[in-house]
Amino acid sequence: MDGTALLTITVLAVFVGFEVVSKVSSTLHTPLMSGANAIHGIILVGAIIVAGQAADPWVLAVALLAVVLATANLVGGFVVTDRMLHMFHAKKDAARTVTGPKGGSK
Amino acid sequence: MSLLDPVWTSLLYLAAAVCFILALRGLSSPRTARRGNLVGALGALIAVASVFLSARLENIPWILAAMAVGSAVAAPVARRVKMTQMPQLVALFNGVGGGAAALVALLELGHAENAWVRVAIVFTLLVGAVSFAGSGVTFAKLQELMTTRPVVFPGLPVVMSLVLLAAVAAGAAVVLTGSLPLAVLLLVLGLASGILLVLPVGGADVPIVISLLNAFTGLAVAASGLVLGNVLLVVAGTLVGASGTILTRAMAAAMGRSVAGILFGAFRGGSTAGSTAVSQRPVRSSSPEDVAVLLGYAQRVIIVPGYGLAVAQGQHTAAELALALEARGIEVDFAIHPVAGRMPGHMNVLLAEANVPYESLKEMGEINPEFKTTDVALVVGANDVVNPAAKTSSGSPIYGMPILEVAEARQVVFLKRSMRPGFAGIENDLLYEPQTSLLFGDAKDSLAQVLGAVKAL
Repeated sequence: MDGTALLTITVLAVFVGFEVVSKVSSTLHTPLMSGANAIHGIILVGAIIVAGQAADPWVLAVALLAVVLATANLVGGFVVTDRMLHMFHAKKDAARTVTGPKGGSK
Repeated sequence: MSLLDPVWTSLLYLAAAVCFILALRGLSSPRTARRGNLVGALGALIAVASVFLSARLENIPWILAAMAVGSAVAAPVARRVKMTQMPQLVALFNGVGGGAAALVALLELGHAENAWVRVAIVFTLLVGAVSFAGSGVTFAKLQELMTTRPVVFPGLPVVMSLVLLAAVAAGAAVVLTGSLPLAVLLLVLGLASGILLVLPVGGADVPIVISLLNAFTGLAVAASGLVLGNVLLVVAGTLVGASGTILTRAMAAAMGRSVAGILFGAFRGGSTAGSTAVSQRPVRSSSPEDVAVLLGYAQRVIIVPGYGLAVAQGQHTAAELALALEARGIEVDFAIHPVAGRMPGHMNVLLAEANVPYESLKEMGEINPEFKTTDVALVVGANDVVNPAAKTSSGSPIYGMPILEVAEARQVVFLKRSMRPGFAGIENDLLYEPQTSLLFGDAKDSLAQVLGAVKAL
């Protein structure tokens, strides 16, 4: 893809990014930050490409380190966001029962 | 092996990008938030699957093993972390993402075809390294592995300027020569600037810095997309960069500060340093039983939870107290300041975890008119967010910050650890007003004692 096309996409993505999050209620800022954090874990795709093209063992080692870090970002990010949001949802059925110490995970 | 032709790959990347946009939009409403997050995860799955199917990859067993290691480390931690410790976990995940972006850029240096690609590489290296090291420091501060106070030393601005100048010089050299040792040097300088950038930030401002570094990582990922010519990385990274910027500004605005002020305030003599000065004016201190009587015979109570409640892990006790009061026919709401807790919206998560219904969590704009008709405002571990100085004294550092107007309530009860001012380091005149009483102690212990006394009424 040529430079101008990439630049076009970048600029449009900036506006989409501003537009999509500008209406988020402050209640959900923490899950939003955490969700956005998970999304940039998609650097995993880049790490996989680099690791897949590595010929030199040192390059492969560094690339695999990047794969480990990126996977941690991606998987951990989505899991922790889901846990947070589960709490907003769970007590709809639980109504106002203050259950034991940690509100349980199903 | 290449099972998919490039057109299909592009279409799948487009699908993943749409998933990410829908994920961010879904997160904007509590009803759709969870689904939104799952859509985001689906997008990630599509993207990872298509990269395996489309690119000519070697070392696939190694890559799969590395992914297994990353998941095996991150998933259990994410599942088990206490909700109060969640901000530092987000910081940590953010940091490793930035680190991954920097490593990818470093390895791509050998393949860079022209100077523009090297510019993108330099940007990714520097920003990714700043995000990695900065997030590490925020993690250490939140986990209290180090002091949460601003760390400043004489000559810090000079050191910082020298490091940044060196980074700019190294970056320019890398763009011109493509030299790998210089790129490694740039990486080290990036790590140093990340540390120096976050060290002088006070504990209370750390959440804003996490949000800022989150945006940084997004930008680093976008730049790495430019390096690899990968549209998905460009779109996803830019989305996060843009949303992170908005969030950071919203957080800073809610605290009545500027992002530049937070980052560079300590260099100029520090407004976040906090103060330990204790005023000699008299206050009305009260016993758990007195507070229980006030609450138990009120008709309307608003609980204002703050940072102190989160630190003391008192959210479950607060929820129980609300339940006990409601059992007596008292109307109870929680007033949530946008920056209560350690991150914006953090208090909502903590209270949701303690099974407080979403409907009784009221946002500032919604609850402020109701303080006038409230019998008791119970302020638990909050201070600056209820300080009337933000409205009345134009010289105050928090002047202009929106506050919860608890001063309008007939009675105000503060559960506080001590008379020490909040992180803004200024006195709260409300503490000395006639309608105010104070119960000193750890927020959780105080709440438990009040709860016991309410039950005994």
